[in-house]
This record gives sequence, C-alpha cells and structure tokens, in this order.
Amino acid sequence: MEENIRGFLKERFDDAVIGEDNFRGEQAFRIKPESLIDVCQALLEDVELDVRYLSDITAVDWLGHERARDGRFEVVYNLYSLSSWHRFFLSVRLESEGPTLRSLTDLWPSANWLEREVYDLFGIEFTGHPDLTKILTPDDLEGHPLRKDFPLTWEQPTFGWNKDAPPEVIR
Amino acid sequence: MTETRTVTLNMGPQHPSTHGVLRLVLELDGERVVSARPVVGYLHTGIEKTMESKLYYKALPCTDRMDYLAPMSNNLGYCLAVEKLMDIEVPEKVKWARVCLAELTRIKSHLVWLGTHSIDLGAMSMLLYTFRERESIIDVYEACGGQRMMTSYIRIGGLAHELPPDFESKVRRAVTEVSEHLGDYEALLTKNQIFINRTKGVAVISAEDAIAWSLSGPMLRGSGVKHDLRKSNPYSGYENFDFDIALGRNGDAYDRYLLRLEEIRQSIRIIKQTLDGMPEGPYRARVPGVVLPPKEDILYKMESMIFHFKIITEGFKAPVGSVYQAIEAPKGELGFYITGDGTNKPRRVRVRPPSFVNLAALPCLVEGSLFADVVCAIGTIDIVLGEVDR
Repeated sequence: MEENIRGFLKERFDDAVIGEDNFRGEQAFRIKPESLIDVCQALLEDVELDVRYLSDITAVDWLGHERARDGRFEVVYNLYSLSSWHRFFLSVRLESEGPTLRSLTDLWPSANWLEREVYDLFGIEFTGHPDLTKILTPDDLEGHPLRKDFPLTWEQPTFGWNKDAPPEVIR
Repeated sequence: MTETRTVTLNMGPQHPSTHGVLRLVLELDGERVVSARPVVGYLHTGIEKTMESKLYYKALPCTDRMDYLAPMSNNLGYCLAVEKLMDIEVPEKVKWARVCLAELTRIKSHLVWLGTHSIDLGAMSMLLYTFRERESIIDVYEACGGQRMMTSYIRIGGLAHELPPDFESKVRRAVTEVSEHLGDYEALLTKNQIFINRTKGVAVISAEDAIAWSLSGPMLRGSGVKHDLRKSNPYSGYENFDFDIALGRNGDAYDRYLLRLEEIRQSIRIIKQTLDGMPEGPYRARVPGVVLPPKEDILYKMESMIFHFKIITEGFKAPVGSVYQAIEAPKGELGFYITGDGTNKPRRVRVRPPSFVNLAALPCLVEGSLFADVVCAIGTIDIVLGEVDR
C-alpha cells in the first residue's frame, strides 16, 4: 500500500510532491500548499486506493527551530484507508505571515470542526470554509494559544496577577 | 392567515442531559429540529499547550484528565506514542497487563455510558446498577496505582509499579460481577418497549455518512462499518487475543446500545485471556536514560539513582520527527500525534479526540427529528466534554 500511494502521487502529482519522510515508519508526504485540494480530491475519488477517511487535521509551529526555514507552520492531514488499513500523512508548509490554505470541507464534512480548531489555536485561515469561527477558546481571547510565541501562563480576563503586561514567553 | 416561524432554542451549557457543558443552539419548527449547532469550548483548559511545556514524563498526568471516564486508555495512547518516538520495546508482560487494563477501562466507560444514557431516556434505576459494577473495576485501579480515577498507572516504558499481588483475583471478581449482571441490564432495557421506542430509528447515520464525518468507535461500527484499530492496526499485542468486532446494522441508537453491550462481552473475553496467559517478566523496559529504572534499583545501585535523577530533572531528548499512534479507546479512535524537536519537551502533542470528531456529526443525526430525540442523540454519541474541549 505504501508503494501504491507513492506511485499514485508520483504519477499524478509529480511536481506537487516536494518530499517524502518515513520517520519511524510513518509515511508522510510534503505537498505544495496550492495543490493540496487537488491531491486530496484525487485521493478521495480513486476507488482502488480507497482513502475515504480523514482522520485528523493538525498543525505544528516550528518557530525558532531550524525546520522553520521551510515555513513556520506545518499543517498535517492524517488520511486513512479503511480497506487496506494504511495510514499516511500529507503535510504543507506555510509562512509566518498570514498563513492561508484552501478548506477541505467540500470533500469531507468532518474537516469543518478540525479546521476551525486549527484556525482557533494556530491562526491559520481556511478559504472557502462555511463557518470559520473560534471553536475552543473564548470569543474575546486575542491571539492563538498553540503558537509558540503565545505565553503559557497568560490569561485574557484580567485576574489580579496578570493585569499589566504579558509575561515573557515560557517554553 | 397565520404566520409560521421557527423558534430558536438554547439548550445548555448547564443542562443535565448534555453530559457536561455542551451548548446546543436549536432551530425548531414546532417539535421538529430544523437545524442544530453545537457550541463547545466551555471546558477548554489548554491541555495540549500544557503538555508541550512539560517533560515527556511529566506530561502524562494531563492525559488522565481528558477522558476522565477512561484514564487508562489515554495513558496507554500517550505512552505508546512516546515509545514509538523513542523507539522503545516494552516487555511482554507489560503489553498483556496494559491490554487487560485497557479492556477494563472500556467496560468501565461503557457502564457509565449505559447508566447515563438510560437516565436521559427515563430509565432511572440503571445508573445505580452500572455504578455498582463500575466500583469493582475502580477497586482494581486503586490496587494498581493507588488512585481511583486519575490513575497515571501506565508509564512510558512500562507501568508505574509492579502489578499488585491480588491483581488477578480482583480482576476476576470484577469481570465476574459485570458478566453476571449484564443479563440484568438486558432484561431491563433490551426488550423494554419504552426504551425501544426512544432509541429504534433515532439518531440514524448511514455508513457513507459515518465515514465522511470521520466517525470512529461504536458510532462507526453501529452503522455496519467493520473497523476496529485493535484488529486493523494492532498495538500493544492485541494480535495475540481472540475477539470479535461487534457490528450494528441500522446505525441507530438501539444498535449502538446492543453493540456496546456486546463490546463489554468481548472485553471480558480478552481480559480472561490476558489473565490466563500473563507472562512473567519485569514491569518496565530497561532503557537507561529514557525509562525510569525500577524502584528497587534506585535504592541500591548508583547508576540507577543517577539515571532516575536525570530523567526526573532534565528528561530525555527526543529526535526530530513526528509519530502518530492511534488506539481504539472506548469512544473511538484516540490518537496522539507527537512531534519531537531534539529537546526534552515535545514540540507538539496533538490529541485526536474521538468525542470531538463524533460530536461534530450531531447536526447530521438530529436534523429533521423530534426535539425530544436530541437528548437521545447526545447520549448515543457518548461524549466526554473533558476530551471534546481539552
């Protein structure tokens, strides 16, 4: 199955796939952000591969790490095939300023909440999303908590001890 | 001429049938639900952020607090993910003990679900019975880790302590009690006309929709999709055990009720196998510098004491890379996506929460149905808001 996915992507999207990583046996492909939706649509429509299950969407903030040179944010799509039981990942890299991606809600309805969570916690925008609003944090919270430059102990409502300025970023 | 309008009704966040602090904004046309919009986040505590600020060892207790009805499953998922990241192989005995505990947790979680779901539907006495059996499982937890709910018993590379001497007898007592009383539950509910009326044909989701909405666990299998991570991607030695995947047919609340009861039976079957064939061996892997040495060694061996001190104070450095480990938790696919960045703290700990993803499909379950069935739909998803909001 690993071979099939690799072959499929190589044949159909040779210029969109930047690289492949197999850390600890996890097959992960790096995709160009602009071709992500086409790759996902092709995977979803291919009957033989049967990749119909979007398990998860998440992001990693590489701020301050040497991996940030390819782009600060890494958005990871976790795809699974229910017939061959194979899991693989598609990742895209986005720059620090105004990270934006196309929404996958047209392909998978479950992407709705997962993308809202990534938007809320990382501040990555998804164009074409029907309802891109905060989901976990309070409406009046400014900033995106899972970014590495969001201070760990900062709380938006002023509770006595954090009235003044946010403390230094605690990592 | 009378004008008809829809009514917008706010349900929750403080509402006994929402199992925590879930808020629903419902648009009603008379008794029919036109649209439903779940609002979550009232219990958001930033657990992922907290875990990213801690050493790998010290992030473990955070996992108990997500799905507090199934702490051992959460511990297991996190530990397996870190073990994958650090490339640690644990002893056979640890695997078997973990399977036994994870299955006990599944029974416990399903018992609470059964009790609360029946209360939602008006069967008040069920909760008392299921909590009685749950107690005997909690006794096993207490004997193992000293804690009744937030166990943190499964640790990176093994277990927190050796299994207690009366482990086997306690577990056998617990499963005997549960299996004896399963028949009583069925007698109370399975052919109960009120229960059938409230659940049959309610909160239906088709197999195609279930896959498109990324449902997992009983929500997916209730619609007839044969998928169980214990069979498809076995972890912690599940390939050694004989069990069947329970399946539903119609994808309604009644099928999911039958399915969860069957899962309890299958769990009992697995637990009995683990007890019968529990191998001998150490309760923790020996990986100096990564896994804590056994307590006896710390007291008598200099190197062990140094390693213990170093692991507790500065932890271990993980390689740069991401791993994902999914387990079949009682509520569905619980995944941990852990990214190491060469330091002693994880760059990213992502929890793939089964309740969160399952709850997203709630509008699909209730739209067009009666308002009273919304309560049944929330119950049948089996959500824990601690995990939804994290």
